[in-house]
Amino acid sequence: MIRLIAGFEYRRQFLSPLPWVLMAAMQFVMALLFLVFLDNFLTELQPRLSLTPDAPGATDTIITPLLVWGGMLWLGIIPLLTMRSFSEDRQYQRYELLLSSPASITDIVLGKYLGLLLFIATALLPLLITAASLFLVTSLDWGKLIAGMMGLYLMLASFAAAGLFISTLTRQPGMAATLTYGLLALLFVLYLSGKSQGAPSPLFVYISHFGHFLSLASGIVQSKDILYYLLFMSGFVALTIHRLDWERRRG
Amino acid sequence: MENSQALLHAENLGKDYEGTSVVSDYALTLQGGEILGLLGPNGAGKSTTLRMLSGTLAPSSGKVLINNIDLLEHPGRAKQNLGYLPDMPPLYPDLTVREYLEFCARLRGIQKAQTRQAIDTALQRCSLDDVANRLIAQMSMGYRQRIGIAQAIIHEPHVIILDEPTVGLDPAQITAIRELIRSLAQDHAVLLSSHILSEVETVCTRVQIINAGRIVHEQALDQSRPLGMNFELFFARPPSCADIESVTGVVSALEHDPGFFRVELENDDEALAELTRQAVSQGWQMQEMTRSRESLEQVFMNKVFGETIST
Repeated sequence: MIRLIAGFEYRRQFLSPLPWVLMAAMQFVMALLFLVFLDNFLTELQPRLSLTPDAPGATDTIITPLLVWGGMLWLGIIPLLTMRSFSEDRQYQRYELLLSSPASITDIVLGKYLGLLLFIATALLPLLITAASLFLVTSLDWGKLIAGMMGLYLMLASFAAAGLFISTLTRQPGMAATLTYGLLALLFVLYLSGKSQGAPSPLFVYISHFGHFLSLASGIVQSKDILYYLLFMSGFVALTIHRLDWERRRG
Repeated sequence: MENSQALLHAENLGKDYEGTSVVSDYALTLQGGEILGLLGPNGAGKSTTLRMLSGTLAPSSGKVLINNIDLLEHPGRAKQNLGYLPDMPPLYPDLTVREYLEFCARLRGIQKAQTRQAIDTALQRCSLDDVANRLIAQMSMGYRQRIGIAQAIIHEPHVIILDEPTVGLDPAQITAIRELIRSLAQDHAVLLSSHILSEVETVCTRVQIINAGRIVHEQALDQSRPLGMNFELFFARPPSCADIESVTGVVSALEHDPGFFRVELENDDEALAELTRQAVSQGWQMQEMTRSRESLEQVFMNKVFGETIST
């Protein structure tokens, strides 16, 4: 049942124009950024780095910033994908369809979430190809690239979990998107404020998504960062299930 | 079990919402072949009741059995026997009719190999064959409603619950949907809600009237039931109601429009003869007389608004 719903949600994304437009716009911007970083590397960094031993290579100076930028841009995209999950379903009473079927609320939530995760993985493929295309001209640090992509994916997956939950709170997709964007932006600002010179706060940095992503993006794979994302995701998925169940009881 | 034949059975069903009771003491037993109409004014609790029966809303009290399976204890198995159309058809505009029904069929537990057959049958029953490959977004309301019904019957459920199935349709579409509902009842039990009296009267075999969350009336609607002693009369020179009521054998008279009277007589042929004699001798000029069965409308008005009128 979960697989059925996940597959349906995944395929459904490709039937409406919005996800296509989002993916195209993202890829356009990412390709431009890629060119900017590449140009910067060729004209500014390479001549200087070639003289220093143990200097950062192309992976650090092109791919890492590309992924970090990608993470920030996706922060605005995820709310547009998750807003459709429950808000739109309720607008059209499709949630009633799912609920009156043999699928349980847990099946429905996990199915929708997995569908989103699959879609995000697909949408990240062009970025992966763009970054990996450098291997044609230089030797890449594949470990770093994979760690960075994994970090980006985990962060987007956690964005999606938060968005999924928020979309159960309102019937208006626009409202769900705005609220999700607000929450994600807040988490981002927490990171900045936690890192600020005047009053640094390790707690804020820990709570925010970005700290964990940045360490993965720079190639440091630590179980605590991965655990953070897994906790974040399962927490919001559990909240979503709880919220919908509560609603079914209350009416 | 005493209700072994019942496909849908509910007892003592109730829903409280923040302390106030929206539906209480709702009970129902529905057999195959029956079409039960749930009738009530807007806000009477029809949708809430249907949502509880379809498992989309948990009741505060009571229990529901679908094909003898407890909906609250075994929701997954019970819901396999259920088809439900909410008060708005639950559609995905980006899909074609066939794609949509395919998802619904699989969701309702039909095996992949049987899906195609199930879709074709449902399309045919709902007269959707011609539009199977069109996008739902391009469909008119009448089609959408039929797609909604197709979704509810695709897995051949024992029980079909339809919330206001003809709302927003034009008269031709309404007739088509009614035909469809009648044909469904041949092998399913159908429960539908409506606030349109004539609809329930023409389609249903039984009616429940609910008001303020309680069943206030339940009766079988046998289309061939005998006519009562109720008459519609028109007088060109109308007397007063009191004049008519003074005639021997008249139980009550009501002038509902100028010159038009609704008169109830004692069950006695002499009463009718006496009334016609009086009408002639007093010169009321009777121009029209029809015998009417006690219509659902009267029952409805009495049960729902009776108390408010009499106070």
